[in-house]
Amino acid sequence: MSANNDIVLRVENLRTYFETDGGIVRAVDGVTFSVKRGKTLALVGESGCGKSVTAYSILRLIQKPGKIISGRIMLHADEQESIDILSLSEKSDELYDIRGGKVSMIFQEPMTALSPVHTVGNQICEAILLHQDVSRARAREIAIKALGDVGIPSPQKRIDIYPHEISGGMRQRVVIAMALVCRPQLLIADEPTTALDVTIQAQIIHLIKERQRDLSMAVMLITHDLGVVAQSADDVAVMYLGRIVEQADIRDLMKTPRHPYTMGLLKSLPSLSNRHKRLPSISGSVPSPAEIPTGCPFHPRCPYCVKGLCDTAAAPELTSLDSKHSVACLRANDSELKL
Amino acid sequence: MIQSNESQSNTPTKPLLRVKGLKKYFTVSVPSKGFLTRRTNAVKAVDDVSFDIMPGDILGVVGESGCGKTTMARTILRAIDPTSGTVELTLGDHTVDIATLKASKLKPLRQKMQMIFQDPFSSLNPRMTVGDIIGEPLVIHKLARGSELKDRVVEILKKVGLAPEHAVRYPHAFSGGQRQRIGIARALIMNPALVVADEAVSALDVSVQAQVINLLQDLQEEFKLTYIFVAHDLSVVKHICDRVAVMYAGKIVEMAPTDEIFDDPLHPYTRALLSAIPLPDPDVPMRFALGGEVADPGALPGGCSFHPRCDKCEDECKEKIPSLREYRPGHLVACHRAGNTPL
Ligand SMILES: Nc1ncnc2c1ncn2[C@@H]1O[C@H](COP(=O)(O)OP(=O)(O)O)[C@@H](O)[C@H]1O
Ligand SMILES: Nc1ncnc2c1ncn2[C@@H]1O[C@H](COP(=O)(O)OP(=O)(O)O)[C@@H](O)[C@H]1O
Ligand SMILES: [Mg+2]
Ligand SMILES: [Mg+2]
Repeated sequence: MSANNDIVLRVENLRTYFETDGGIVRAVDGVTFSVKRGKTLALVGESGCGKSVTAYSILRLIQKPGKIISGRIMLHADEQESIDILSLSEKSDELYDIRGGKVSMIFQEPMTALSPVHTVGNQICEAILLHQDVSRARAREIAIKALGDVGIPSPQKRIDIYPHEISGGMRQRVVIAMALVCRPQLLIADEPTTALDVTIQAQIIHLIKERQRDLSMAVMLITHDLGVVAQSADDVAVMYLGRIVEQADIRDLMKTPRHPYTMGLLKSLPSLSNRHKRLPSISGSVPSPAEIPTGCPFHPRCPYCVKGLCDTAAAPELTSLDSKHSVACLRANDSELKL
Repeated sequence: MIQSNESQSNTPTKPLLRVKGLKKYFTVSVPSKGFLTRRTNAVKAVDDVSFDIMPGDILGVVGESGCGKTTMARTILRAIDPTSGTVELTLGDHTVDIATLKASKLKPLRQKMQMIFQDPFSSLNPRMTVGDIIGEPLVIHKLARGSELKDRVVEILKKVGLAPEHAVRYPHAFSGGQRQRIGIARALIMNPALVVADEAVSALDVSVQAQVINLLQDLQEEFKLTYIFVAHDLSVVKHICDRVAVMYAGKIVEMAPTDEIFDDPLHPYTRALLSAIPLPDPDVPMRFALGGEVADPGALPGGCSFHPRCDKCEDECKEKIPSLREYRPGHLVACHRAGNTPL
């Protein structure tokens, strides 16, 4: 397989803006990345940086006042011509085929994806019948197997319960079963464990990895938790104010980060060793996305900011340092910047 | 069970707070077989909890959702009445039992005990200015008005890292971290002796979480505050607390100085909680994940509540509820097997 065949999704220069009373919110502002077959790309960053809007854009789920302004979203599904999702018309069969078929999405709150008035089994069967040409009876068999695959005990009995009859962790398992039942090429998981206890989070991370291996599926994992990233991702893209500021292989990103924002995020983690010392934190807070600072958007909070450069030059582009590591920082090659 | 804390005999001061045999049961009505009849069921949200806190100490309380942390906090502050047990608060040489105190006697004490909540968005009245929100407790207790009220609001705003001009704005104009600062200012303006922070940093982004943790630590040192710090995130607890209590299904199952909880956990549940934290290091894979589901305090198994999820479970664990015992000075554990056999 050539390197290119490994790429399931390629997002190029995506811009998604919201027109609000307070001005234009550039929620996603020129984002480029790829997700590879069988691999996990983590999209990390603080709340409001544009992670969810990126995910919704990929599935064309952006609603007014939001609008995808520009970009390409190339989906390279198995044995098929690649499709630019942005070129598809709103009501086309291809788009319906992609949503929940070739590309599936799961959310932080499992009830976002579940209906409270239908049984778990009926909801999974609906998902199957929408994308596969099988009988109802066969769909039910597939659904039972899918529930078993995500670790739900005695699935043939549990298939007829309602979502409110089970715990949050079990619900997220059901959602995963439903998302994977059509064997998607790409799973987009938007904070899938944020609402769960750490113990249950560990089970769900493990489950997603296991199913990813079985289906050799690409995963785009959205999270703000660098612990979850370290335990699940192959590659990481760090977002700040709608842009990717650093992108690298997991080890490079965590051991030798090059962007001061990434360094700040890593340093502010409450560590298990530096007890009773002050936690280093990033000064200030994330500015409103309707008022993105001039120059490098991170400069007002950056400890390495150089007046007359970082606050005045054009916002830095994401530039590669080597084949596995890119950074958008005007001082990227300065040795003073280190963790 | 009362904790026999050795350090107590060495220090002349009495504990600020002494909780003994605290219970809070809720009666809920649940559908029984056939869905047409209902029966009542006791939810043992807090089930016989005892501990002391010395003045100036920070006690961490951790455990999965539904284990009773919030109910315990609210019962201690008498936001809800306990089913049984005592909560002795000592201020100066005056000791009172909060759990049984008459409402009229309770009111002046309420200022001394303040709570900071998880959700800075829903806990602030959107129609009040930040200055009014922060000053409100002083007004309610008739402790300050006019220019004195204003001065105290400005003073506390500065202490929590906000600016005096923020007083005239409304909460919606603030970020999550700033709103949490407003909540902290409102709690601290009363000069409380005891502050209960219920998941106060859980909803914040890491960079902001670090700022708020640092702020809570600075304020604790400056005002010699005593905290009960409730969290489900063990790494946060490690950073700020002197001692940690681990709760499971309404009971404290282990309590020890923070370093011991992390370096030498005795209860299989504490170990599981620790190993479930995803470490931010790709070269240290997760060691072991706990199976099973979070305990439902409305339907607990017999014996040790943790036994269905415990890989060290033996027959005794299914039959007998383990009591919280002092395994070594200052380190308490409720497990039949801790110490008997290597875990
Ligand atoms: N419907 C909307 N209207 C206006 N702004 C929006 C809307 N949805 C999202 N945004 C803005 O877009 C930015 C990115 O949001 P989001 O992608 O949800 O962030 P996160 O990284 O937390 O997932 C935020 O500043 C948010 O306020
Ligand atoms: N007012 C109430 N009525 C009935 N049950 C309650 C009430 N408040 C809490 N509970 C139950 O008590 C248990 C403990 O809840 P809580 O103290 O909120 O846990 P935690 O804060 O550790 O997540 C849960 O099972 C919860 O459902
Ligand atoms: Mg989001
Ligand atoms: Mg709670």
